[in-house]
Amino acid sequence: MIENIKIEYRKENSAEFEINAAPNGNPLNYKILNEKIYQIIKKGYTKVVLNNVCGQRFIGASLQGQLKIEINGLPGNDLGIFMDGPEIIVNGNSEDQIGNTMNNGKIIIHGDGGDVIGLSARGGKIYVKKDVGYRVGIHIKEFEHKFPVLLIGGTAKDFLGEYMAGGLIIVLGLEFKSDGTVSESKYPICGEGLGTGIHRGKIILRTVEDLGSRLGVGAKVYDLKKETEKTIKPYIKEFCDTFKINPDIINLKPYQIVKPISKRPFGGNFCGNLI
Amino acid sequence: MSLSHNFPSYFHIKVDREICRKCKRCTNHCSYNALSFNGEQIVSDDSKCVSCQRCVAMCPSGAIRIEKNDSYLPPHGNYTQRIRNIIWSQSGNGGVLLSATGNDRPIRSIFDDLLLDACQVTNPSIDPLRETIETKVFFGRKPKKIVFSEDLEDPNNISLKTEFMPNFEIDSPIMIGHMSLGSISYNACMAIYQAAKKLNILAGSGEGGLHQDFYEYGPNIITEIASGRFGVDINYLQNAAGIEIKIGQGAKPGHGGHLPGEKVNSLISQTRMIPKGSDALSPYPHHDIYSIEDLAQLISALKEATRYTVPIGVKIAAVHNSAPIAVGIVRGGADFLTIDGFRGGTGAAPRIIRDHAGIPIELAIAAVDSRLREENLRDEVTLVAGGSIRYSADLIKAIALGADVGMCCMPVLIAMGCRVCQQCFRGLCSWGIATQQEYLVKRLDIDVARNRIINLFHSWNEELKEVLGAMGIDSVESLRSNRDRLRYIGPNPKIADILGVKHAGE
Repeated sequence: MIENIKIEYRKENSAEFEINAAPNGNPLNYKILNEKIYQIIKKGYTKVVLNNVCGQRFIGASLQGQLKIEINGLPGNDLGIFMDGPEIIVNGNSEDQIGNTMNNGKIIIHGDGGDVIGLSARGGKIYVKKDVGYRVGIHIKEFEHKFPVLLIGGTAKDFLGEYMAGGLIIVLGLEFKSDGTVSESKYPICGEGLGTGIHRGKIILRTVEDLGSRLGVGAKVYDLKKETEKTIKPYIKEFCDTFKINPDIINLKPYQIVKPISKRPFGGNFCGNLI
Repeated sequence: MSLSHNFPSYFHIKVDREICRKCKRCTNHCSYNALSFNGEQIVSDDSKCVSCQRCVAMCPSGAIRIEKNDSYLPPHGNYTQRIRNIIWSQSGNGGVLLSATGNDRPIRSIFDDLLLDACQVTNPSIDPLRETIETKVFFGRKPKKIVFSEDLEDPNNISLKTEFMPNFEIDSPIMIGHMSLGSISYNACMAIYQAAKKLNILAGSGEGGLHQDFYEYGPNIITEIASGRFGVDINYLQNAAGIEIKIGQGAKPGHGGHLPGEKVNSLISQTRMIPKGSDALSPYPHHDIYSIEDLAQLISALKEATRYTVPIGVKIAAVHNSAPIAVGIVRGGADFLTIDGFRGGTGAAPRIIRDHAGIPIELAIAAVDSRLREENLRDEVTLVAGGSIRYSADLIKAIALGADVGMCCMPVLIAMGCRVCQQCFRGLCSWGIATQQEYLVKRLDIDVARNRIINLFHSWNEELKEVLGAMGIDSVESLRSNRDRLRYIGPNPKIADILGVKHAGE
C-alpha cells in the first residue's frame, strides 16, 4: 500500500536498523512507521531500533520469528498485538493493551504500563518494571506448551486477572526511585475485583495485605505451596537480571496466591429443560 | 410421596407393535434415550422425546410415529402450554433457561408482508435462461469516487489516482452464517466450507477458531474475532477472505458465550487453542472496545496485522439504535458491516434473550441503509444481513430493502438433515450436526450434506435470477436498496413507513 519508503540510516555491517519515528519533530503516521518496520524485516534484518517513538500504535503487530525491536520513546496502544515470537524492549513507559492476543514473544517495559495489558494473550512474557493500570491480564489463556507470564515490578489497579483462563500473573509491589534504589511500594498491591471470573491460572502477589475483601467472584486466596514458589523462581530471576535489581529485597516478603474456586463458577446457573 | 410437578411431555412416540421387527435400530439411533428395549418389545419414555425424527427415519418397517401430546392440559389462550412449561421448569430448578436455534415465538414476519414487483408492458422483463443476469457481488470497501490524474500537455497520459481497498468477488449474494466448530460438528463444518468453495459464496468460521483442515477453504471463509479471541493467531488472520469483529449476535444481543468444558475434546481444544476440558468463556463485551474509537482501533489493528490485504468488518445484532451505531462502525473504518436480526439462530442462548431482545432484521436493514445513505456512506461499505433469511424470497426482499449479501444458517442445517428440535445446546444431536460425540458426528455424510447445500443455494440463485428477470433487472446490484420494487400488505402502515416501502396499490 505504501510504496517507496525511504530508510534513513543504517549501521555498517550490522543486522541492526535504526528508524527515526519523528523526523524533524513530526511523528510519522503509524501506518508508515509499521510499513517501514515490515519492509526492513522482510529484507532480513533481525533488530530494529525505533527512536523518538511518539504514541504510534500497533508496533510489532503480528510479527513472527526471532526479531528484536527496541523502542526509545512512548509506543501507543496495542504494542505487539497478535505478535508471535519477537522481543520488544521499551525504554520508557507504555500505553494500553500491550501484548493484545499475543501468541508468543517477550515485551519488556522499563517503566509504567497502561491498562488491559496482555488481553487474551495465549503465550509469551510481559515484564513491566513499575506500576500498571486497570484490568491487567484479562482473559489470558494457556495452551499446550504456550504459557503466558505477566510479571509486574510495581503495583496493579482494579480487576487484575479478570476472566483469567490460564497462565501466570506475578505482582511484586516494589517502588523504583529515580536514584536507582528499590523499596517497598507505599500503594496497595492491587485494587478491587481481583481475579473476577477466573476459571484457570494463578495470580501470585508479593504482599502481606489482606486480599480477602478485594477478591472478585470465583476467586479465592490460597497458601502458596513450596513447589509453586519454586516454579516462579526462574521468572523472578529473569526479571531481576533484566532490570538489574538485587534479588535480595524480593525475599523480604511472602507471597499469596489467588486461584479459582472452581473450574465452573457459574455452572449451576443454567438449565436446559425442554419447553 | 411428594407431589410431582413434572410437566406433560410434548410428544408421544407411537410404535406399531404389529409391524415392529424389534430390530432395535431405533434404540441405537435415539441419542436422547427416549426409546429402549425391555426384552420383549420397544418401549418409549415420552418425557425424553424431542421429536428429532431420527427413529422415524431409521425404522426399516415404518413402525414409529411421533404424535403431538396435547390431549389433556386445560386450554387457556393467555397461559399457553409454553408459558406454563416455562414456569414449571423455572420453579423446579431456579436457573436461567437455555434454548437453541432462533426465536420460536409466533411473531408476524415482515418479509411475508412484502410483495415483489414485476414488469408489464412499459418495461420489458428478461428471460434468465437465455439472457445474462449477473448475481456477482464485490465484497469490501469501495472508493467514494474515482480520481484520475490529468496531464494537460498529453491528454492520453491518464492514470488512476484512487487507492483501492481490498475487494473480492462472490458468485451469489449469499453467506452461510457463523457457526463455529464446537456449536456444530467437524463434518457439518466441512460440508459447509466445501459447498461454499464450490459455489464461490461465503461461509463464516464462527468464533471458535479455524481447524487446519479448513485452511484450504480460507478464500471463501470470513473468520471471526470475538471477545474470547479463541483460536486467533496469525494463521487464522491470514487464511481468511475477510475478518469480522463480532460485537453481537442476533439470537443473543449483549450476551457472551459459554462452551462448557465437557465439550472441549481434543479437536475443539486444538481449534480454539485452549486446554482440553477447559471452559471457553466469551466475555459479554470486548474488553478493549468500550467505544466507537476503540472499535476503530481494533479495525486498524487487524488491517495492520493482515497488511491491508483483506476486508475487515464488524457484526452487530439488530437492536434499537442500530442505525447510528452502524454509521460509527463505517466511519471507524469497517469495510463491511453485518447485521443480525432478532430471529437469528444460536447453539445455546438464554431463552429470555433469544425470545425477547433485538429487532426484526427487515426494519434494521431499512434503517441502517437509509441512515448510511443520509450520511453519504452507503456505497462505500458492503452490508450483510441475516437473522432468519429462510428461503430465497426472504433473500430477495432483504436485498431490495438494502442488503448487499444475505446471511443464513438454519436453511443450511435443515438441508443437512436438521429437524429443528431446538436441542443444540445439549450436544446430543442425533443427526450428527450440533454435536461433538464421535458416534453421532459419523452419521453426517460430508458428501451428501455438501451436495444438498450446493443444490439448495443453486436453487436460490436460480430463483433470484427468475425474480430479477421478471423485474427487468439484469444485475443483483441494481436490486440492492431498490425499495420501489417492494410493496407492503401487512396490517401496520407504520412499518411500511420505516421500511420506506409503499403500500400495495400505491
